[in-house]
Amino acid sequence: MIRAENIFKEFDGHEVLKGVSMEFNPGKTNLIIGRSGAGKTVFLKILVGLMEPSAGKIWYDKIDFFSLNKKQARAIRLEVGMLFQGSALFDSMKVEENVRFPLDMFTTHTLAEKNKRVDSCLERVGLVGAHKKYPSEISGGMQKRVGIARAIAMAPKYLFCDEPNSGLDPRTALLIDELIQDITYEHNMTTIINTHDMNSVMEIGDNIAYLHEGRLVWQGSKEDVLTSDNELLQGFIFASPFLQRLRSAALKQG
Amino acid sequence: MIFNLLYHIGRYIMLLKQTFSRPENLSMYWKETMRQMEDIGIGSLIIVVLISVFMGAVAAVQFSYQLDGTLVPRWYIGYIVRDLAIIESAPTITCLVLAGKVGSNMAAELGTMRQKEHIDAMDLMGVNTAAYLILPKIIAAVFMIPLLVTLSGYVAIGGGFLATVPTGTLSADEYERGLRAFFLPHNVTMMYVKAVVFAFILTTVPCFQGYYVKGGNIELGKASTNAVVYSNIMILLADYLLAVLLTG
Repeated sequence: MIRAENIFKEFDGHEVLKGVSMEFNPGKTNLIIGRSGAGKTVFLKILVGLMEPSAGKIWYDKIDFFSLNKKQARAIRLEVGMLFQGSALFDSMKVEENVRFPLDMFTTHTLAEKNKRVDSCLERVGLVGAHKKYPSEISGGMQKRVGIARAIAMAPKYLFCDEPNSGLDPRTALLIDELIQDITYEHNMTTIINTHDMNSVMEIGDNIAYLHEGRLVWQGSKEDVLTSDNELLQGFIFASPFLQRLRSAALKQG
Repeated sequence: MIFNLLYHIGRYIMLLKQTFSRPENLSMYWKETMRQMEDIGIGSLIIVVLISVFMGAVAAVQFSYQLDGTLVPRWYIGYIVRDLAIIESAPTITCLVLAGKVGSNMAAELGTMRQKEHIDAMDLMGVNTAAYLILPKIIAAVFMIPLLVTLSGYVAIGGGFLATVPTGTLSADEYERGLRAFFLPHNVTMMYVKAVVFAFILTTVPCFQGYYVKGGNIELGKASTNAVVYSNIMILLADYLLAVLLTG
């Protein structure tokens, strides 16, 4: 379980997060949504410890992350996997080397054991036969899959995804969403996804948190989204007249 | 201005402290160091040979012109070219050029890694990114650059030979006599001390510039330029200080 407690963050006097508190439970896909500039990415970076909050605490189970020394923080980080917006694959390494990187760095397994793990991770994300390719030789969707394979290589307890669908066509985006959700359920991970993709919200949102101007203004499941009377949320999710009509029709039909 | 300077010096020292810490996995660091050695050493061979041959040739031609009509024996040209190469041109000019080639490359590489979130990805895994990305570069440079400087010294002397002997300015025997005259082993020590110090500067300053890049391509370009400019200034400053210390 990950818990954010009253998180504030400011840059040069400009407050980006204004006291955000929320809880993320294991075995669920937790979505953080909001408009551009709402503070989603900053919040995610604080959650994973890449950025320190101006005030507030992040709890990993019963551990206050920012009170840890470097060695202790490193131990927590070994339990964290992350899929970055641009995949963040190392260009000079082949696909298999990218996935094996955390294993090479932090385990004492033999090369055969590590390769076996790489094979199983790549197989899990549906990338058999791409081992020897470089990131520049594969598509954006495949890069995301490699990113997921690398994120799960160390069998993490927590999985973070920053805009996993950005730059992907709707069909590929859906496949990536399903993959993340399946992996979350299979390994009972605490998954936190930062997105503004409405398909993701309606498909995989077990727990959705809506950030608006640095504040948490709504939290619920994908089923609650349709029926919520929160105007800010409705203005964001059903931004176009077409979607508003669709929502009205759906509500009429119950 | 002074506060800003102190801030950056402090940050540079903090980065070095972070860089010189215990590696998580020696074999990964070894692999990266070998890759850097190849990049810095083999990758810079051609440019080092080219600049060195011309440095030696120009020095020989210039001194031949200077000594023309004086009572100084012509074989002094060999002696001057040799000491100029060992004391100054091989370590300093070579490292200034390498700061442009290797330094800007390092700043751009780390800056791009920062922008493409590669450094964040490694940080998140628990990798000490300063150590993993910078330490192998420093070790590789500190080993390879003295070798390149040694090569540069020999090639510069060869360049001096090519510019004077085939053109009839002086005979091969005269040139060789100059090369053998007044040799001080201390000068070679000085060359290696300079090479190691400059190698450290031309890796750490660009790495510092690249590691902390913020923003987009314009900032990356600026970091790359600053890497070269600041490395060159630091190398020349260190050159002066070493000259004072080692010849005093």
